[in-house]
Amino acid sequence: MNMGELLKLSFRSLQTNLLRSFLTMLGIMIGVATVIAMISIGQGTNDQVTSQIQSLGSNLITVTASSSSGQGGTGSDVTLKLADADPISKIDTVKYVAPVMQATGQFKNGANLASTSVIGTTPSYADIKSWETDIGRFFTEDEVTDKAKVVVLGATTAENLFGKAGFDAIGSIVKINNIPFRVIGVLKSKGSSGSADLDDTAIAPITTVQSRFQSGSSRNAIRQILVEAKSPNAIQSTMALMEYTMRQSHKLGSGEDDFKVQSQEDVLSSAESVTKTLTLFLGGVAAISLLVGGIGIMNIMLVSVTERTREIGTRKAIGAKEGTILSQFLVESVTLAILGGVIGVLLGFGGSKLVGNMMSIKTAISLNSVLLAVGFSACIGIVFGVFPARKAAKLDPIEALRYE
Amino acid sequence: MIQFGHVDKIYASGEMRVHALRDVTLHIDEREFVSIMGPSGSGKSTMMNVIGCLDKPTSGTYVLDGIDIGSASSKQLSVVRNQKIGFVFQNFNLLKRTSAIENVELPMLYAGKSRKERRERAEYCLELVGLKDRMHHKPNELSGGQQQRVAIARALSNDPAIILADEPTGNLDSVSSEEIMGIFKQLNDEGNTIVLVTHEPEIAAHTNRIIWFRDGKIESDRLNTERVFV
Repeated sequence: MNMGELLKLSFRSLQTNLLRSFLTMLGIMIGVATVIAMISIGQGTNDQVTSQIQSLGSNLITVTASSSSGQGGTGSDVTLKLADADPISKIDTVKYVAPVMQATGQFKNGANLASTSVIGTTPSYADIKSWETDIGRFFTEDEVTDKAKVVVLGATTAENLFGKAGFDAIGSIVKINNIPFRVIGVLKSKGSSGSADLDDTAIAPITTVQSRFQSGSSRNAIRQILVEAKSPNAIQSTMALMEYTMRQSHKLGSGEDDFKVQSQEDVLSSAESVTKTLTLFLGGVAAISLLVGGIGIMNIMLVSVTERTREIGTRKAIGAKEGTILSQFLVESVTLAILGGVIGVLLGFGGSKLVGNMMSIKTAISLNSVLLAVGFSACIGIVFGVFPARKAAKLDPIEALRYE
Repeated sequence: MIQFGHVDKIYASGEMRVHALRDVTLHIDEREFVSIMGPSGSGKSTMMNVIGCLDKPTSGTYVLDGIDIGSASSKQLSVVRNQKIGFVFQNFNLLKRTSAIENVELPMLYAGKSRKERRERAEYCLELVGLKDRMHHKPNELSGGQQQRVAIARALSNDPAIILADEPTGNLDSVSSEEIMGIFKQLNDEGNTIVLVTHEPEIAAHTNRIIWFRDGKIESDRLNTERVFV
């Protein structure tokens, strides 16, 4: 009896008990759907985090404030200051240094309002982040020194304030928190990364932001210092030198660091390890549900063997070999499992799309995970189908024929 | 065709030993039409199982169409059942939800015959039992007599050495029973060897030779001189 005949036979038998077949597949379906959804959502989140981190720039090193006492760098305990950027810029392997400060800004151009964060920084910021101006220009070192009230707008912010074209933006005066700023440039659109609109921004000289928008004790605190190393190979040595320089200027012994130096790779790998753990955990949950699904298949196959005892007896009497009966029932359980697996893949695909849309992350379905899920369910069909199939194959035809 | 030499069959379950067949020596020739009779517990069912290669003798020899059944493996027995024996059961044992022609094709499917060959032979066999016009009907759409005719067509499909029928009319009314016996008679006339197990004298009366069993032994073995012709 060839595979085609066996498949035909198993489909007919699954058809006769449609509801039962469906319920039996349900366990596998849910298991596989969970696996697929989890993997694709996990993958999607991972991709998003990676691309967000990579969009920060290449060969990037960041310095942020941190205190060993765990109080952070705000309030009276200001640990990261504008002045910290200078010694770093003297390191040989450093290409660009840009201290970054951030403030919330209410933008106003006539009747048009916009609310976004104002990034205060130096011209190097544009090089590190590879921002280019669409029209106009970026501000200069001189304007930083002069605390000039100039601003470069992100594409979204420009559109909010000046309408689609935004051409008349250059040279116009907008009010940020009621302080007039001259618009000198509009940035080229970078689109969005995940749910974050990268163009919803505005950039001004750091000195201006510091003097106009910061107040009180946090006035001197800066958010971070962005550093671009000259080459990927120089990242490690640059980081070591930066730590050394920072300790020198802060007069700290080792182990008392009030700052944190991180390469983009560090951030990436820590983000990846989080999503990996999550994926692994959810994968474990899904594996258990697949196991339960497999037991369900075995259960139903055992019932089916008992119900069809006479049929098995008849088949054996007219010449079916044990192997033929075994393969008949095995093909049936594997068909159940694979069918459940395939439906599960579709459900998981749909589910991850839905969740992805709701959480606005791009979900990624890899062919590998689909093949793995279907292959795994086929294995479940075999493992949990062997016992019932062997039971059927070993039936004594005389007793099977007599069975009522 | 069938040769039994001092066959014993003993069923042992725990302490219980049932001596189902005792020293049975029997010879059935090609083209014979034989009925095996006897009260219940006489050993005729065991006889049927052993002849049908569903069970092997405990001792003694059984040779079917030149094959020594006593030394065959269970896999070989499957092949013998498939190729040499055509079973007809009391309750038909057709596969449910499977059309008449597919039921008839089943033994040929196990024999590994091609689709075309199966279809042609199945149609021919169904024509022999007069059911060609019903070949796509499922068993539950057929009367008892018709179902048994499908079963006979199935038994014929691999052109077996013997047709072995176990109470083939036990579940049928008298009209259908006569019909079935008519078909057996016709098949025998065409050269088929038929062994029929029954406890009904009026069914046995259609056959050429009647073997009586009692307590696992052959009590009488005689030609049926008062044979009924349908």
